[in-house]
Amino acid sequence: MKLPSPPRAFRRSPPRPGQDDRNGGNGRNGRNGAPATKPTGKEQAVEGVASVVGWLDERTGASPFLRGFLYRKVPKGTNWYYTLGSATMFAFLSQAVTGVFLAMYYEPDPTRAYESASRITNEVFLGEFVRGMHKWGSSVMIILIFVHMARTFFFGAYKYPRELNWVIGVVLIVLTLLMGLTGYLLPFDQRSFWATVVAVNINASGPIVGPYLADFLRVGSEFGPTTISRFYALHMLLVPGLIAALIGAHLYLVAKLGTTAPPWLRAEKKDLLREEV
Amino acid sequence: MAESPPKYDPKSRYTEGRGIAGAFEGETVTRRRLMEGTAAAVGGIATMAFVLPGLGFALGPVFEDTNPEIWEDVGAESDFNDTSYVPRVISIDPEIGDAGKTTVYIRTFNRDIDKVVEGQDPQPYVAISTRCAHLGCPVRYIQASAKFVCPCHGGVYDSQGLVLGGPPVRPLDRFYTKAENGRVLVGDRFSLNSQLERFAPRDPSNHLDGLWQYLYPSRPTT
Repeated sequence: MKLPSPPRAFRRSPPRPGQDDRNGGNGRNGRNGAPATKPTGKEQAVEGVASVVGWLDERTGASPFLRGFLYRKVPKGTNWYYTLGSATMFAFLSQAVTGVFLAMYYEPDPTRAYESASRITNEVFLGEFVRGMHKWGSSVMIILIFVHMARTFFFGAYKYPRELNWVIGVVLIVLTLLMGLTGYLLPFDQRSFWATVVAVNINASGPIVGPYLADFLRVGSEFGPTTISRFYALHMLLVPGLIAALIGAHLYLVAKLGTTAPPWLRAEKKDLLREEV
Repeated sequence: MAESPPKYDPKSRYTEGRGIAGAFEGETVTRRRLMEGTAAAVGGIATMAFVLPGLGFALGPVFEDTNPEIWEDVGAESDFNDTSYVPRVISIDPEIGDAGKTTVYIRTFNRDIDKVVEGQDPQPYVAISTRCAHLGCPVRYIQASAKFVCPCHGGVYDSQGLVLGGPPVRPLDRFYTKAENGRVLVGDRFSLNSQLERFAPRDPSNHLDGLWQYLYPSRPTT
């Protein structure tokens, strides 16, 4: 299998004339006399980046892995629909970053939550923008993850040997919906309060375990002082951690198993087989 | 070695027969396996040492009564009559401000219209919770039609809080009441089945009639 050669910056530069090859790149190249021409600033910058990257690569062995991961072969017919998974991941990253910054101003306390959320919107510099990104981004992520699932389904990409990746994806969808549910309470206005009351009571309607699940979510039998901090902890620590870990597993399996060709390419393949016979 | 197997069997050929290198003669558990087991056990115990308390910490409130008994004054006895409801706002949880408040419809117990369940003391006042028995939205009493109506999913109850239509699975909850020194006090919540028999408080959507009631046990604390 011939892989494309790595970008220039990743490659070790060939030794200069008169330079001891074994000591290449350690700054001692002036030992047998200074180089003929002084390197330009640009060359020095490239050399500096290359030596840092080389230093890291020598100690981590990352480049064969990264080359295999980033330059892996994809089937003929790969198209824009194959970017939906990455799009969902970037929506998640956007949520993570904006969420971290929102957490710097938000106070998960029933008497302070609404005020701190409206302070973010009305007073904090760019607060409206960051909160808007997070709010609308949540819908974007949910739409993208479902479109991604539909693509996987209609392309038959869930079939052997990729069933486990489908299962992980379904868990990711459930976790994403859980993010939506737990995040909805946090602005703590009338809409989010009553939506949460109803959502928790829907959980309570499950037989046997339902009432216990509702008590777990509410921290007791009634909406109480720590309900909002429990939702906050689920929303910003537990569920995102699980999502990040499962995205890692999902991507590992994508790289390991490869992607499928679009279903409409199969007809071509059959024609090819017939010709050979 | 303290960890050597307690029963030393000199005739064992376990390690020798399998050609396991470096094993002592007659050893049944190799040192490698013993170390593997020890490492797994120590790791497991260390993990459980923080996972179990953490889980208990998170699940604890399910098994304890987090709402202390409060009797809240809702007005003088003369404020209420036995034919029409008077709305009053009480605090279910005073710690969380407005979010912990709820409306209660109160009237005096009326022997002509209120049913007395055998074996259960009738409450001196009928204090009906506005928490819909479907999914917990706030119901409103419509005086003209003498019905409680829920805005969310169309649940309708009669003036006793019994279900007339829509998705609710049991009548509206009520609160314990008592009169002291001419003041009316409202206490804890209780739930009712369709015969207006009293039960420990349940979540909305939990059935209390027929076979369904066995799927929704009461809380461990009540």
